[in-house]
Amino acid sequence: MRLFLYQRELTPILITVALFSYFTIRAGSTFTDSLSLSSAAGYAGPIGAIAVGEVLLLVLAEIDLSAGQVFLFAPWVEYWMHNLGVPIALSILIALVVVCGVGAINGLITVRLNVPSFVTTLAMNFVLFGLVLIYSDMTQGTPIPLSASNGSPNFSSQLMGSWLWSEIIWVATIAIFGTVLLRRTRFGVRIIATGGNLLGAAEAGVPTRRVKVWAFVLCSFLSGLVGIVDAVKYGSLDPGNFGVDYILYAVGACVIGGTALTGGRGTVIGAFIGAILIGILEDGLTLIGVSTNDFYVWVGVVIIFAMALNAQFDKLIARSRGA
Amino acid sequence: MSVQSERPSPPASDKLALEVRGVTKRFGALVVLRGIDLSLRQGEVLGLVGDNGAGKSTLVKILSGFHQQDGGDVLVGGERVNFHSVGAARAHGIETVYQDLALIPQLPVYLNLFLGHEVTKLGPLRFLDKGSMRKLARQYLDEINVHVPSIDAEAEQLSGGQRQAVAVARSVRAATKILLLDEPLAAMGARESRLIIDLVKDLAKSGRVSIIVIDHNYAHLFELCDRINVMQGGRITIDQQVHETSLEKLTELMISSYRSQLEDVSSAGA
Repeated sequence: MRLFLYQRELTPILITVALFSYFTIRAGSTFTDSLSLSSAAGYAGPIGAIAVGEVLLLVLAEIDLSAGQVFLFAPWVEYWMHNLGVPIALSILIALVVVCGVGAINGLITVRLNVPSFVTTLAMNFVLFGLVLIYSDMTQGTPIPLSASNGSPNFSSQLMGSWLWSEIIWVATIAIFGTVLLRRTRFGVRIIATGGNLLGAAEAGVPTRRVKVWAFVLCSFLSGLVGIVDAVKYGSLDPGNFGVDYILYAVGACVIGGTALTGGRGTVIGAFIGAILIGILEDGLTLIGVSTNDFYVWVGVVIIFAMALNAQFDKLIARSRGA
Repeated sequence: MSVQSERPSPPASDKLALEVRGVTKRFGALVVLRGIDLSLRQGEVLGLVGDNGAGKSTLVKILSGFHQQDGGDVLVGGERVNFHSVGAARAHGIETVYQDLALIPQLPVYLNLFLGHEVTKLGPLRFLDKGSMRKLARQYLDEINVHVPSIDAEAEQLSGGQRQAVAVARSVRAATKILLLDEPLAAMGARESRLIIDLVKDLAKSGRVSIIVIDHNYAHLFELCDRINVMQGGRITIDQQVHETSLEKLTELMISSYRSQLEDVSSAGA
């Protein structure tokens, strides 16, 4: 019981294990073979990558609604650069710099012009989506093979990995990095301080604005990085893809993982587990023959269930401290 | 009630730690400071009293770099300074305890104690040296008799008095030249007030830091301070050595000063 008091990640772990067991019983080896599990990981990857950056912002009591679009935008920048004759490695680098710039713009507009980040990043989401549509010169829904004009199609796949588990390994690494950053570094303390008590942190000398801007940059960078990994792995891009879907799942993963939307509290590992949970749910429901329409209902139910469970644990904690 | 100072002679030297000359501040149409002249000697404890809205907190926020003055000069150790941020003031060894508690509810006591002064290991990522901070925090809180359930307890779990004690302890620890205390005893119980008063008295005795304290409790101020300045309407109207005055005398001075201000106003209106 004591464990529950200190590890918010336990709720999503419990639900994940329960779902895993349920699908294993219902679907047997169809669910547990590596193809099925890697497809669950495929769902979880993008959600997890965006969720890691998003947790940092939620702890700051901010949000980045454009991270999903950044996830899709980064490989486009890489693709355009490469089509212009820029070597692939440099194209990747430029794409990453561009998405860091997007994060910086999000952050600076939020802290300098006092626009709520919800609004700033909502607007950025539309801008990026529009840019892709304009410059891809394509109607929505037409996939473009990433390696179409690519002289060395294997380079980026060697660099980023294009095998079954490559993306989820990237995301797991990012999640570990995010946890260490939040729990073990000065930047992490400043994130918690800024989100927990904005005025108090400023009075104590924490450069709250700078902390926020860097968190936006980091969130964009991580989403863009895994966006490129994802595009390399699947070898195609689709201009009609809309990033808001990803963001809603990512925020869902954060909430399932035990991150409060009020700031000051959050766990990166919890968000990663939340993403895995959503991946397993999507894969498992498909396998046992439940339609994708039902999937959305189940995601909703799980979010509410996890949240309610967390609230109960909080009550328990309060009671045990009061005693 | 007669309150006499416990300190027969002030330990302060003649060297000035802080000098404020003709500082003015307005917020829009509201003039808050109308030319403040104030001096703080090395090692001195200066009490600042006055009605709500007299400008005490604004003055403290200018000295701590949170606000910037519109006119006038601030000198620290004889050197003219212009603080554009809290960080700039801290770089000059000035620490502040604010009315609103600057603790972070979600962080443990030891990280709150080191907030803004974190001990980090070498490297670009600035990894926290949690071991050192825990050890130093425990030692320091023991040394100054601040008791908390655990240094790993989140600030949220502390009582109001414990939180204030930690906030004061943080600034006392970090201050190298000047400590500014804006109502450090507000909303505190008798036992907890005693703790903070002793903390500040010990610091004052060491002579290494000069202190300005705002408070409404004259008994506390007479015990704590070498000198008391009274602020009225954005000016300092009374400047009294504690060992040369009493509560009765100070009250008399304040009433006559208030009266002369009223007369000024009515004669100006006539």
